[in-house]
Amino acid sequence: MQESIDSTRMGANRTGMQTSPIHAKEMLENTELDVRESGAGLDGEAIAEMRADYIRDADPLGSIPPPATAKGAVKSGAKMMTGNRPQAFIDKLSERLAYERGGTRLYEAAIAKFLEHAAELPGVTVSDFTEIRDQEAAHALLIKECIEQLGADPTAQTPSAALVGVETMGFVNAITDPRTNLAQTLHALLAAELIDEAGWETLIAVAENMGQNDMVARFREAEQHEQEHIFKVRGWYDSLTIETGQLV
Amino acid sequence: MTLAFFEDRGTPLDRQRFTWRELAGKPISKLDDDAFTRVRVILMNGIESEQMRFLHAAARFNGELRLPFAQVRRIEQHQQTMVNWLLSADHSPLETTIGYEQVAIEVTAALAQQEPDPYLAQNYRFGLLEDFDHMYRYTALLDRLEGKDSNNILQSYTDVLPGRPTVVEHRSPENDLRRPYDRRSAAPISKLNAMTLVAAEHQTHDYYMHVGPLFADPVARQLYAEIASIEEQHVTQYESLLDPTQTLLEHWLLHEANEVYNYYSCVEAESNPRIKAIWERMLSYELGHLHMVGELFKQHERRDPKEIVGERLPKPIAFESQREFVRETLAQEVDLRPSGPDFVSLEEEPQSSIDYRNQLNSEGSPSEIVAAGYVWRPGTEIMRKAASF
Repeated sequence: MQESIDSTRMGANRTGMQTSPIHAKEMLENTELDVRESGAGLDGEAIAEMRADYIRDADPLGSIPPPATAKGAVKSGAKMMTGNRPQAFIDKLSERLAYERGGTRLYEAAIAKFLEHAAELPGVTVSDFTEIRDQEAAHALLIKECIEQLGADPTAQTPSAALVGVETMGFVNAITDPRTNLAQTLHALLAAELIDEAGWETLIAVAENMGQNDMVARFREAEQHEQEHIFKVRGWYDSLTIETGQLV
Repeated sequence: MTLAFFEDRGTPLDRQRFTWRELAGKPISKLDDDAFTRVRVILMNGIESEQMRFLHAAARFNGELRLPFAQVRRIEQHQQTMVNWLLSADHSPLETTIGYEQVAIEVTAALAQQEPDPYLAQNYRFGLLEDFDHMYRYTALLDRLEGKDSNNILQSYTDVLPGRPTVVEHRSPENDLRRPYDRRSAAPISKLNAMTLVAAEHQTHDYYMHVGPLFADPVARQLYAEIASIEEQHVTQYESLLDPTQTLLEHWLLHEANEVYNYYSCVEAESNPRIKAIWERMLSYELGHLHMVGELFKQHERRDPKEIVGERLPKPIAFESQREFVRETLAQEVDLRPSGPDFVSLEEEPQSSIDYRNQLNSEGSPSEIVAAGYVWRPGTEIMRKAASF
């Protein structure tokens, strides 16, 4: 089993051109080619044009389902009339719900990694990780309750919820890959936590705008947790990274 | 001297067993393993997937052999899994695509040079120049979409230059059909070469059809749609080289012999000892299949299987950079076009192919758009100002 320092050992990496100077010299002959034709879009101009064409023609990712309960519908209707759009709030709530659920699973995968490498982080125990995992799950439950209070459907996947799924697929692969060591796992977790914290900031601003003061108070508490997560994960990640830089 | 087809009986079928843990074993390293190890992994996944495809199709046309088909197919399923799962998850679908095109270039070039039949060899050189162009287009996409250098995958073994432009590779179907080899007179190696290319191109087609919709970018979605269509043409071309009068069992026997030959070639070339052990195990399993099918062939056709596959395996496939051969072929044959089963000059291309592709390209050509003004440089075109290293 590898340790965090193993990923920075010298080895047979073959991806660079200096690995095989003879082949590389032949490869460089490729750069002498001039394929530029008059009128051809350079450096991806033609790509930008095709993208623009599709963007103009694109449908959205999807929609936000209307509240199903009579109580919820009334509330939504009331907010609509004040000029606020509760569906945009519901979309951001669904995003956080999706993110916190995904975050819970990321920590579960990270715990499996930590348990095999615990000796690398003296003074850190599995309970440090499970505490964060449990807080992510508690945040998901908190959001679920808030969505229900608004009469909306916490089981629906809204566009912003789908989007964070796309955005975070790389984290899942980075953390569940048995080959990534503890430092690499923590790097992915840190990135995930930084996005998480920013997500809570936005959600608090939207909730304030919606006049949901009770929710704002609960969200601030969650945001406080996220700041603590960043502090801890960054600390573990930095200590491992600095330590491997000092080893010979 | 090479291995004899029927001397070593290989592993008996009832001892060809796997566990899930084995099937999902340790993958290769994208960074540290030799590019030709990945080439072999991709090629052998193609050979195995062809076997699955063939045995399923065969079962639809023959009731009597359904049990042996099913027995061998189950092993092939797990062989394919064990091989394909060697690809590590840090390859993006587009990086894997670069690997697929490296297979298409390097293996096709190797087979074109070992092919004794000049007409078959001509077909292989023709297809080679089209896959060579795909590499250039996908390299532009990898650079311009993900900001990555395809040479991290290619490891400087394979050139990245325009070939026969993908935009003109689209042809009407009658110009993709070729004259088959004659089962009675063709050398066994000719039959094997054709089957290897059918397998490699078919899996490439299936892979592009599978991953194309995974991309969000419209340029990528169009490019995969376009190149998948060419891969369908290539399957049509290579498949039409197989003699259609071969019997079902003759086909099966040749398929097993081709698996033996390809795994044997992998064993001979492999530099990673862990992967070499897998090729050796698979070779032994395939020898077991070959013997079983050889017995069925004797029983049903009352003929000696050696009449079909020969005594000894041909010289192994050369898994090495074919840069010089590819460059020569490019210089001499890039302007060839097919007219029915023949290859003609640019000016003689049938109007039916021109009309066909003019319609397909009438709303723009993704392969032209993605690579407009593109020149491969070490470390991506973004590094243009630092081109020397």
